Amino acid sequence: MSETPTAQAFTDHSLRLAQIANPQSEIVHFPAHEKLPLDCGAELSPFSIAYQTYGTLNAAKSNLVLVCHALTGDQHVANIHPVTGKPGWWETMVGPGKPIDTNRYFVLCANVIGGCMGSTGPSSINPATGRPYGLDFPVITVRDMVRAQARLLDHLGIAEVLCVLGGSMGGMLVLEWAATYKDRVFSAVPIACAARHSSQNIAFHEVGRQAVMADPDWCEGRYLEEGRSPRKGLAVARMAAHITYMSDEALHTKFGRNLQDREKVTFGFDADFQVESYLRHQGLSFVDRFDANSYLYITRAMDYFDLAADHGGVLANAFLATKTRFCLVSFTSDWLFPTEESREIVHALNAVAANVSFVELKTNNGHDSFLLHEPELFDTIRGFLGAAALKRGIVGTEGWLP
Amino acid sequence: MNLNVPAQAVRNADTSRVDLLLIAEMVTPGARVLDIGCGDGTLLRLLAEKRGVDGRGIELSQAGVNSCVAQGLSVIQGDADTDLVYYPDHAFDFAILSQTIQATYSPHHVLEQLLRIGKRVVVSFPNFGHWRVRTQLMFGGKMPTTDNLPDRWYDTPNIHLCTIKDFLGLCKDAGARVERAVALNAYGRKLGVSMPHFAQNLFGEQAVFLLSR
Repeated sequence: MSETPTAQAFTDHSLRLAQIANPQSEIVHFPAHEKLPLDCGAELSPFSIAYQTYGTLNAAKSNLVLVCHALTGDQHVANIHPVTGKPGWWETMVGPGKPIDTNRYFVLCANVIGGCMGSTGPSSINPATGRPYGLDFPVITVRDMVRAQARLLDHLGIAEVLCVLGGSMGGMLVLEWAATYKDRVFSAVPIACAARHSSQNIAFHEVGRQAVMADPDWCEGRYLEEGRSPRKGLAVARMAAHITYMSDEALHTKFGRNLQDREKVTFGFDADFQVESYLRHQGLSFVDRFDANSYLYITRAMDYFDLAADHGGVLANAFLATKTRFCLVSFTSDWLFPTEESREIVHALNAVAANVSFVELKTNNGHDSFLLHEPELFDTIRGFLGAAALKRGIVGTEGWLP
Repeated sequence: MNLNVPAQAVRNADTSRVDLLLIAEMVTPGARVLDIGCGDGTLLRLLAEKRGVDGRGIELSQAGVNSCVAQGLSVIQGDADTDLVYYPDHAFDFAILSQTIQATYSPHHVLEQLLRIGKRVVVSFPNFGHWRVRTQLMFGGKMPTTDNLPDRWYDTPNIHLCTIKDFLGLCKDAGARVERAVALNAYGRKLGVSMPHFAQNLFGEQAVFLLSR
């Protein structure tokens, strides 16, 4: 990395650290006696969940749309992000009149446990030591994240979710919700995801983790106490990961072999090419808003995700007797979670005669398509949600279908 | 039946609609239905409106699937030839194959699968035994094209066209019981039940079968 961090970046860094203990979000603190049992055998207590909501919960508490964020996402779906100052990550999808219409639905998104935006994670204070957890934080799973979210809904007195939806890791949470809490999920939209993390995807995650851990500023995970930050390692992890979120075609269209602010190559290792400059920028802006240990823990949770293995090796068993209405979405240019992964889930759902829709959308934008302006995705979500609301018998939903 | 009406005048927009209405009439209200080759979801919408069914669809074309899902229908992208094997036995009260069997690679396999996953099966198809088809081949010496079968031989998706008589043979091979069989003329009207089989095969432009096993 040749760029030196700017003054702005340092400001953001302090803003980011402030979100760990005092997030600009709603937050529920679960006291020590309300332990969260984890798949690894440990218990997390006390723990906190930070979340954002949009729209109004109806009297019957039947219009909750639960949005699950991706690996490096957070609960700031449709508001200005407190650290970056940028619009929320799904503001094209969620809002008044948007496909997930906050005039109709009560939208909630919670930061996953293990995260760094207010929910308990490795940068939170370990009550046993009074210091940040660091690597003493227990290894968590996607199911642990979902269990924690279920506890949040219990706390809010919401028994059933009209729809749980999310992309990438968010889609894994959706599948886990549908498998673990069958009676609480009326409909589910897993987007650009898989029922298990592939070997290739685990490999990419391992590259990212090794980059973080190779940074001397990582300090064996104790960088917060040392007043340091493994910025270079985390930035490299993000750069590698970012490539997997885009398609070859999108990269080529956007950058080609164009040079960055120069007429010819410099015969050096500066960022000659636009794509290099772009990736460096992606890496640097990421470290301003994300915690390195959270990156380790959450990527690990995704690696461990294997829904079939949790149900006797047969994916269909995860959905036995399900009454949930499913809508799966994949993207033609997504090579991180290719369509075939979604199709396997569809086949498993067919095997239990579940109510399932499945669309593969033609896009050039790779895995990140679910975050971008994709009109067909908007139409799909709007139509599916409207039908779910109608079937659920929510009053006044007759006109919601196109 | 007036056979002197010119071909163009015979066609009216409602012909295919009658075919769908007839299918809807065969489906019991509130049934669980799988529509294979559901296109843009016209039949599924009709079944939901008229019969209150719990309907699902499979459609090969992505455009059709996307349009269905955006309308709130439960439809997956899939192929009748390969994707029916994933469904359990008797998962549906009705498995419907509307104007699709002639475009499958393996009609026998598809029908077997339909009879396995549906308690009852509805199949509709264009009748290649219709007199207009026969006369085109016989006197024109060319592969017939009609408004029902508009594609030329080299660009048609219909690779396994059959006559009503042929289809009865397939039903026999597959061990399917024919509960009801209706032939529709070019106006989309049902032919008289008293009409002998050979005449239905001659004057029926489309056929709708209700099968079980």
